[in-house]
Amino acid sequence: MIDLLDKHRHTAERHERMLSLGANAVGLTNDRILSPTRAIIDGRETVLAGTNNYMGITFEADCIAAGQEALALYGTGTTGSRIANGSYAMHRQLERELASFLNRKHCIMFTTGYQANLGMLAGLAGPKDTIYLDADSHSSIYDGCTLSGAKLVRFRHNDASDLDKRLARSEDEGGGRLVVLEGIYSMLGDRAPLADFVEVKKKHGFQLLVDEAHSFGVLGQNGRGLADEAGLEDDVDFVVGTFSKSIGAIGGFGAGNHPLFNMLRYASRPYMFTASPSPATVATSLAAVRKLEAEPERRDRLRANSARLFNGFKSLGLALGCDAVSPIVAVNCPDEVSTIAMWNALLKAGVYVNIALPPGTPGKQCLLRCSVSAAHSFEDIDRIITLFGEVVAEGHYKKAV
Amino acid sequence: MSASEDTFMVLCQLLEPFNTAKIALKPETDISADLNIDSVSVMDFVMEVEDHFNIDIPLNVLSETRSIDDLVKVVDGRLAKG
Repeated sequence: MIDLLDKHRHTAERHERMLSLGANAVGLTNDRILSPTRAIIDGRETVLAGTNNYMGITFEADCIAAGQEALALYGTGTTGSRIANGSYAMHRQLERELASFLNRKHCIMFTTGYQANLGMLAGLAGPKDTIYLDADSHSSIYDGCTLSGAKLVRFRHNDASDLDKRLARSEDEGGGRLVVLEGIYSMLGDRAPLADFVEVKKKHGFQLLVDEAHSFGVLGQNGRGLADEAGLEDDVDFVVGTFSKSIGAIGGFGAGNHPLFNMLRYASRPYMFTASPSPATVATSLAAVRKLEAEPERRDRLRANSARLFNGFKSLGLALGCDAVSPIVAVNCPDEVSTIAMWNALLKAGVYVNIALPPGTPGKQCLLRCSVSAAHSFEDIDRIITLFGEVVAEGHYKKAV
Repeated sequence: MSASEDTFMVLCQLLEPFNTAKIALKPETDISADLNIDSVSVMDFVMEVEDHFNIDIPLNVLSETRSIDDLVKVVDGRLAKG
């Protein structure tokens, strides 16, 4: 008999090597969460700088109260899908208010952000269609593309001319064509050059989906994401986003203006065959959407904090994932061993960041990835910079080339 | 030298930067397992192949493409399609 788990033996060996170097960098336990920016880890109060809690919205009193009220009024769960069990009024209310926030005619919510990409991509594209996806796309995009059964063409990261070339190669193959971009790429924090891609769209004609998972709530005058910031919302056909970052809950959404958009509810298996979001989650998400709209100063604080961290790291001479100020600030490290050593040193000193290693990173980079929150104080940001500086001084880091 | 042999030679050249362990390449070499190349690097390698031959190799095809010889057949098939 062939043991099915044998194929994961090398993963176990790599995991053991990582553990032998210190704490469990990919399986950390937060003993207590104190606030959007603080947790107790290994008995120590730790600054959280790797939680994608961009708006710092997870402990807002009105969001918590809305969730508690929904829990008491509607129970702990929906016990089924909206297709089978029906929607709750609050599902529809959240979709309406989110569509309004996004300035789109239609919005569908999904149970997780991962499922939002699966559901949108598998609902939009089928076996006769072609999806063109950026090489650095999130796994949920790759998985959604696979689920769709469409032909999948990968183009070089953020390279509109490379997409142009690939579209030209397959101009006459028939079927629909969907191009998928991300507002902010999750590992390096760089934005898609949307205007360049819109030019290619005008030349070749395709439908465009932008995953604003890391940019929703963050970018643009209205917090609607990269397309809002770039003034190109009319050129984007479909928007995808998540409730697990700026909204501080769990869930995801797709939105668009197409008159047939709501038919995705009857074509999208990740929407149809899973339980709908729980009442408490819907209620806290709704309260958070209202807060994003009512409190634009959160975005201003996030931008100021992001710039402070970016410039602080630059002054330390660290090699960063991208040249633009972004709420994701990734430090490029020389190799896996030094990255793990630095991560351990930072955790011991009281700051939590993400560790990101190949193959989960572009170009085999080893990254210490920080995500900034509007809830960080300048003192928090300065502490993160100081601690990174101390780790560099300890010799764990030399500038990655 | 046949078209397939030419294609094999080109693929071996394009594989060199990814073949860090410098394993001897044969038609039956499994690109991922034998060369210990992760899934993202395999996709990056295939992008180089696409650009060299000016063809598209959709990702869907890769799940059925294990060995260098499998990839030779894909490339030659795409080139024949024009």
